[in-house]
Amino acid sequence: MTTIAHETTRARRRRRWEGLPYWLILPTVVYLGLFFVWPMIQGFGLALRDESGNWTLDALDTMVDDAAFGDAISFTFLLILVIVPIQFVLAMGMALLLNARLRGGGLFLYIFLLPLAISDLAAGIAWSAIFTERGYLNTILEGLGVIDQPFIFLDPTSRTQLVICVAAAEIWRSTTFMMVILFAGLQAIPRDYVEASEVFGAGFFQRVRHVILPMLKPSIQVALLLRLIFAFEVFAVVIALTGSGATVLAAEAYKWQVTNENEHVAAAYSLVILGLSLVAAAVVLVVLRTPRERRLR
Amino acid sequence: MPHLRIGRALAYVAAIAISAFILAPIYLITISAFSSFDAVYDYPKNLLPTGASMESMNTFLDSDGVTDSLQRSIYVAIIAIVACIAIGTPAGYALARFSFRAGNPFQLALVSTRAFPLIIIAVPLSVTYLRVGIDDTVYGVAMAHVAFTLPLTVLVTASVFAGISYELEEAAMTLGCSRLSAFRKIALPLALPGVAASAIFVFVTTWNEVFAAALLTLRNRTLPAQMLAALDTSPLPYRLAGGFFLLAPALLVIFLIRKYLLTTWGRVAR
Repeated sequence: MTTIAHETTRARRRRRWEGLPYWLILPTVVYLGLFFVWPMIQGFGLALRDESGNWTLDALDTMVDDAAFGDAISFTFLLILVIVPIQFVLAMGMALLLNARLRGGGLFLYIFLLPLAISDLAAGIAWSAIFTERGYLNTILEGLGVIDQPFIFLDPTSRTQLVICVAAAEIWRSTTFMMVILFAGLQAIPRDYVEASEVFGAGFFQRVRHVILPMLKPSIQVALLLRLIFAFEVFAVVIALTGSGATVLAAEAYKWQVTNENEHVAAAYSLVILGLSLVAAAVVLVVLRTPRERRLR
Repeated sequence: MPHLRIGRALAYVAAIAISAFILAPIYLITISAFSSFDAVYDYPKNLLPTGASMESMNTFLDSDGVTDSLQRSIYVAIIAIVACIAIGTPAGYALARFSFRAGNPFQLALVSTRAFPLIIIAVPLSVTYLRVGIDDTVYGVAMAHVAFTLPLTVLVTASVFAGISYELEEAAMTLGCSRLSAFRKIALPLALPGVAASAIFVFVTTWNEVFAAALLTLRNRTLPAQMLAALDTSPLPYRLAGGFFLLAPALLVIFLIRKYLLTTWGRVAR
């Protein structure tokens, strides 16, 4: 009896509050519609229409014909190819270390998390103090007797050196982001599985390869996906380290908008960034897809 | 088992090496920010913090536009935090407490906003702002930052409320509380630390965000925009002191939210 009575009041209450969740999400939906979806649509219009509203490919032509376009594309891709694989291995290692429950793990966790709150501009400035000709790296190398005179790391004529310097700063700053996602995934793996494999004599690398990595696949997918999307937006770290020695897609968008005052070409660049991120996201999703029947949850 | 002990020792070596890699640049920019002009231009560099001086830092703080941009960055952060919490928390509560038909699509839409680079909404927004007349204002920048951070705020607060038992609110309602007062007296106080953590997420994003800030403020710049614009014109001591200013809050902020970072990010990412 009592349970039935309870159920009916619950049902009545539920009916009365049916509209409430919609009212609660309404402000968010409206805000994102106005400040996220609408600007995105506008972005397409800016890139593909002229001042009088006619459809045109002028902005795209201007963008592609500009000498900096090829440089920006290739430098962005070079950076991603160098950064993301190294970063993934490092992030995986850091997550495994945190998961190993070392003594002082709380301190390691705090230190490993620090870069998460550091901007790419601050990272670029910090690393420029290291790489600059009269900087810390030359001081250390010369002190150790590795070199006789300061080496020019940030040589604007050497693409390879610029890529390595920017990659170092980006790996320093953004590896943590991947680590956090991987570590959260690691913690969700039931200990029994790992312990069972230990009982059957699996060594550390066998455990990682045959138990941990397959079970971590959904987290790996998310980590790579988000990291790749952010990688196409690389911006201030490149400007801070290379000055005008190298350019990337976001830096070109900034240049066209602020220096050249041509928002059409700037919007065209942002569409390129969007297109490339979506393609990268699709590739990650397809390559790392997990068949439904093998999912844990 | 000797090999196990060796593995353990190697793990400590690796953890210490990675910690050193992360801390070294932070240490180096800190000692350069608090050094004299001579020390900044000196070579070889002094690797120890023996020559501490406020000369670089004072020059940076006394430079044109720096205190103003610092103030603007703080305003932007406050506006963005208030707006995000006010708009996002109710939606997070709705996702955690009600099962409604639009719930799943709404959550999916929030997650998928992260697939879209922030850069692509900055250019159109700057055009719109110019037309509406809020270009070059802290409000404009703050509203753009809210667009980036609102989805995350909703997802984080949803996971915070999901972690608080609904039974407590139901019990309060049975005892005569209205739904609103049950929320205010029960759920809200319990959720407060989590909501504060999501406010700190918002702070980190707006404090660090360079691209949109640089596009949306051309004269009244926020700190990162100011630093970006001054990169190729300012002297080295200015840049190093400014870099330290951008980086310093990270040390404190991560300490405050380290617990939430793992639980919420883990849940949000999945």
